Amino acid sequence: MITVSGLRKAYGDVVALDGVDLHVGRGEVFGVLGRSGAGKSTLLRCVNLLERPDEGVVTVDGRELTALGAADLRRARQRIGMIHQHFALLSSRTVAGNVAFPLEVMGVGRAARARRVAEMLDLVGLADRAGAYPAQLSGGQKQRVGIARALAAEPSVLLSDEATSALDPATTQSILALLRRLNRELGLTILLITHEMDVIKAVCDSAAIMSDGRIAEAGPIPELLATPGSRLAAELFPLPPAEPGTVTVALAADQTLLSRLARTHDVDVAIAAGAVEQVAGVPAGRLRLRVTGAGTAAALAELRERGLLVEEDA
Amino acid sequence: MTWSEMSPLVWEATGQTAVMVGWSTLFTVLFGLPLGVCLAGTDRGGLFPAPAVRRVLGLVVNVGRSLPFIVLMIAVIPVTRVLTGTTIGTAAAVVPLMIGAVPFFARLVETALREVGRDIVQAAEAMGAGRVTIVARVLLPEALPGLVAGLTVTVVTLISYSAMAGVIGGGGLGDLAVRYGYQRFETTLMIVTVVVLVVVVQLAQTLGDAVARRLSHR
Repeated sequence: MITVSGLRKAYGDVVALDGVDLHVGRGEVFGVLGRSGAGKSTLLRCVNLLERPDEGVVTVDGRELTALGAADLRRARQRIGMIHQHFALLSSRTVAGNVAFPLEVMGVGRAARARRVAEMLDLVGLADRAGAYPAQLSGGQKQRVGIARALAAEPSVLLSDEATSALDPATTQSILALLRRLNRELGLTILLITHEMDVIKAVCDSAAIMSDGRIAEAGPIPELLATPGSRLAAELFPLPPAEPGTVTVALAADQTLLSRLARTHDVDVAIAAGAVEQVAGVPAGRLRLRVTGAGTAAALAELRERGLLVEEDA
Repeated sequence: MTWSEMSPLVWEATGQTAVMVGWSTLFTVLFGLPLGVCLAGTDRGGLFPAPAVRRVLGLVVNVGRSLPFIVLMIAVIPVTRVLTGTTIGTAAAVVPLMIGAVPFFARLVETALREVGRDIVQAAEAMGAGRVTIVARVLLPEALPGLVAGLTVTVVTLISYSAMAGVIGGGGLGDLAVRYGYQRFETTLMIVTVVVLVVVVQLAQTLGDAVARRLSHR
């Protein structure tokens, strides 16, 4: 759905993007994690060409945006929704007026506009606040307006620029739940950038970590968990320093791994440390185990073979 | 001088001031608003960056603003003659008033437009809005309270400028104060004129503040 390749962007001597490749599949929620200054914001703004990359190609929904002229680019942007950290709502317009804005830009007629606005406000649960001004809303409500506005033009892709960073934890969770629901119900592809691990864990199917203008790692979260030495896995599911005689395994789709391991290989499995959370609705994480008993070697061999054994600490 | 002698003079002068300020305000908005949009838009990081154009516009605006109004009024007499066919009278005074106020108002417009968050403009760009749409539907509506506040300051400035219009026969309250209050020692009339000016300025400011507050939803 979104493909970015060979993206480079420099501001004077500062290199913001240093050869970035990224692919986001249709219907996927993809999170880019990174500290401030890592280049993730520039990356996101290059996807709808708010920033023009110095080099590289951006394709969204089959259209090569980097090859489009100004008018075609404007039309293509109407199909790419965007939400912002500080909401970027028009203070002079009501909630309904804000949601109507992208439809006005597209030239949608008054009646159709009103219908669509009502529909969108229903979708984000703000139907009763249609006549309010942004200044009268809470942060979470403002972001809901932002989401309704971003989706009003029925985009195939939603870009989220630190959309929950200005919100408190409870509100963050409700906004993330809304994004997840929209992803499921509308088949919406979401590319989000954040510096919060929890956001990635709460909504993302896949993730990438950026530093110094490069993608250090990227992939579906279960795969990253099973990747030895994965920085992203270590950041998402931090474990204490390893002790001798323990192994680290990835917990993803196979929820009954430990009990079966104990049964088939006649071993005792003790959990020395673990970090497990709901990721995209299923428990996932990393466990540090101490495996003892006659079948230890065979048990470890099975884990190794299935690619779940991440680290062995002799 | 009795009240019945003063009254027609004061009314006539107030009317002349109103005519001068009214027309010059209209023309100031007509020319100053687009100029302010250009000043803000041509800046680096603006909607249509053009550093060279901005430098020229900035220079013109600064020249206009650096001339004391009384000097400007005389200096633009040739322009006044071309535009109004005369160089004296109330209509003739509107031309220098406008020329004096346009750069002033344009700077205030520029400042008000800058107050509109960069993120809001970018959000509109991200939605596929073109520049004209952004100016008409984002920048100007968002800056409206600031624009009204700027206009209020401009009107008060025009009232003050118009007091000098007597020099080119424009009449008005300032002229009345000079001719009667100063040259003929009519202290009572002087005081009346001052009171009327203060009241008019107060009214303009109060009205402007109220409208700006009404328009602001921040």
